[in-house]
Amino acid sequence: MLNSLMSYFGSTVTPGEAGNQLWALIYVFIIFTGVSVAVMAMNWLERKALAHFQIRLGPMRVGPHGLLQPIADALKLMLKEDIIPAEADQFVFWVAPLIGLLAAFTVYTVIPFGPSQAVSDMNIGILFMLGVSSLGVLGIVVAGWASNSHYPLIGALRSSAQMVSYEVAMGLVVVSAILMTSLNASGTGTLSMIGIVQAQQQQGIWFIFKFFPLGFIAFAIFAIAMVAETNRAPFDMAEAESELTAGFHTEYSGLRWSLFMLAEYAAMIAVSSIAVTLWLGGWMRPFPNLLNAPVWEFIFSLFPGLTFAGLAAIAFIGAARMPGHSFFKIQRIGLAVFAALLGFLALLLLLIAVAGRSADASVAARFRGGIDYVYWFVFKVAIFMYLFIWYRATWPRYRFDQLMRIGWKVMLPISLGVLVLTAVVGVLVK
Amino acid sequence: MIAVSTGMAPVATPWFFYGLAGLAVASGLAVITRRNAVHSALALIVTLLSVAGLYLMLYAPFVAGVQIIVYAGGIMVLFLFVIMLVNIERSSKDRQFNRMWPVGLAAACALMVLFVSAFVKGNKLFPDRGMTLAEGSNTQEIAKLLYGEAGKMGQYTFAFEIASLLLLVAILGAVIMTKKKI
Amino acid sequence: MVPITTLHYIVVAAALFVLGVIGVLTRRNVVIVLMSIELILNAVNLNLVAFSRMWGNLHGQVFAIFVTVDAAAEAAVGLGILIAFFRNKDTVNVDEIDLLKW
Repeated sequence: MLNSLMSYFGSTVTPGEAGNQLWALIYVFIIFTGVSVAVMAMNWLERKALAHFQIRLGPMRVGPHGLLQPIADALKLMLKEDIIPAEADQFVFWVAPLIGLLAAFTVYTVIPFGPSQAVSDMNIGILFMLGVSSLGVLGIVVAGWASNSHYPLIGALRSSAQMVSYEVAMGLVVVSAILMTSLNASGTGTLSMIGIVQAQQQQGIWFIFKFFPLGFIAFAIFAIAMVAETNRAPFDMAEAESELTAGFHTEYSGLRWSLFMLAEYAAMIAVSSIAVTLWLGGWMRPFPNLLNAPVWEFIFSLFPGLTFAGLAAIAFIGAARMPGHSFFKIQRIGLAVFAALLGFLALLLLLIAVAGRSADASVAARFRGGIDYVYWFVFKVAIFMYLFIWYRATWPRYRFDQLMRIGWKVMLPISLGVLVLTAVVGVLVK
Repeated sequence: MIAVSTGMAPVATPWFFYGLAGLAVASGLAVITRRNAVHSALALIVTLLSVAGLYLMLYAPFVAGVQIIVYAGGIMVLFLFVIMLVNIERSSKDRQFNRMWPVGLAAACALMVLFVSAFVKGNKLFPDRGMTLAEGSNTQEIAKLLYGEAGKMGQYTFAFEIASLLLLVAILGAVIMTKKKI
Repeated sequence: MVPITTLHYIVVAAALFVLGVIGVLTRRNVVIVLMSIELILNAVNLNLVAFSRMWGNLHGQVFAIFVTVDAAAEAAVGLGILIAFFRNKDTVNVDEIDLLKW
């Protein structure tokens, strides 16, 4: 087993390609942990950011600045009473959150965090992602039906109708992005996620800027459709608190509801990574061609360390500004420890960035390359996550018929037009 | 066209095959025997997904992807919608097998006997040549068959166009069938 | 263990086919009959893809894609007919759908 562990170290392909099951399992474990932590962080960030948008403070009591609030939420949800409505179909009620969760988490096997940092680089990567994320609709439909109550049923039908409608526009603009991958010397494109980013690398341009404004319109359509796909504001008619009680997850309490929430946030991260991979250059750092002198490589490789150093500084300032009352002593110490941890991580990353400065294949250089790829990918996805929260704070929600009208009468024709125009321009350019 | 690759041999293939095949047949059995239509639909989803897994084992990733998107993600959502609209609560308390069930079962058993005899007699007709199709370019090869390459039409381009016409007719048919006033 | 040959896949496809035929012939609920038809089509697809691998070319897979497209169209139209019928007669039993005009 140690042999299998060590034999993967020098390779430049994903564990799926190399046939190394052990490393594939390790990657799966890392991704699962990462996504769970990201969902908890997203929960905290959403409450704090929404609060600050609305000129209030949000959770401040549980940990310093509410940092332990997600843990308190998780504990509360786990300890709540598990209510199953009478006359509800027990088996289907139990299996519905699992379907949504499976669909949301299975897509992570093909997400490319780097040129060899994916669990497996399937030949049909983007097709697999679109297909498996469309299985999430089944979980919602079944959940609404199994609750044996009117509001969840209507919420589920509305939710799934909305998701299915926006999947069409999503699929069409994804096809237009795939078309752009075929504008290379051999004339064949690729559906594999790593191949798409490498096509952007090869053609020297992020697909959002290609054939301007076609790439940009395609990206905009996808950005809107992905918000509708995950039932987030402003398209959250089916599950908002003031409408339809809570939509399809009204009757779910405690841990089952948290599974739905987990599936929703995981789906948000998954569709954001599709957008980042297809249009925003995946794991590539900004300006890979314009600023490609070695000094710029070095400067951009300092970014991971600098980001964590910035976060550590913010946490430290927060700790320093805590009121001096003895009530806040533990919070202050806790925040200072957190700041110290972040600072230590920042120092580690800066050391790796400096040590791997030379471009040879030393261990530090490969580590630095891997960390850089993952960092830029996560950075871009994090921007999308913040945009999701911003949308929720800023825009009123669409009425359901307005929503369906936009999906079918506005987005579908525009995406068809973008597809045809991209194909025409692509043929003319060759 | 024949495409052979010398990639790494997949491991634990018999386990995966027997697992997926057993799951497909077991949930197929559940589809035809459950009283509740939603349970049948869920069992059919499991069958479809395990058949997609079998396609992946047969070096057909594109067909597996199409199966997941079209069948499990599209057709089954349609079935679940219709089951909810039609609201088969009442009918799940009726008798669920019709009056002709012995005849049906006998016909199916005759069919099974036919299959078994075909397999036993024609055993030499299914040689496993040990070819593995190239997996990394499966989509591209299918695209060559469907769309053609280098300026000439593919072998199935005409069929592809007819299929899209068929889908258009099906959309029109479904809309007209369900309109309250034509 | 015996290596998995094409015959294994064909046996699985035959089993699914027979299960689908039993479902079509014996169930009273029209929706479940339609689902059994989907089972039959899946069995045919599995057969096609297994043979495509046996011969080493992709014609079977392309045929399977067309069968899938066809199954989608047929499911849509079949369910449309079912809904139209249900609106009139308020039943989904095969035994009670036996009038050409009433």
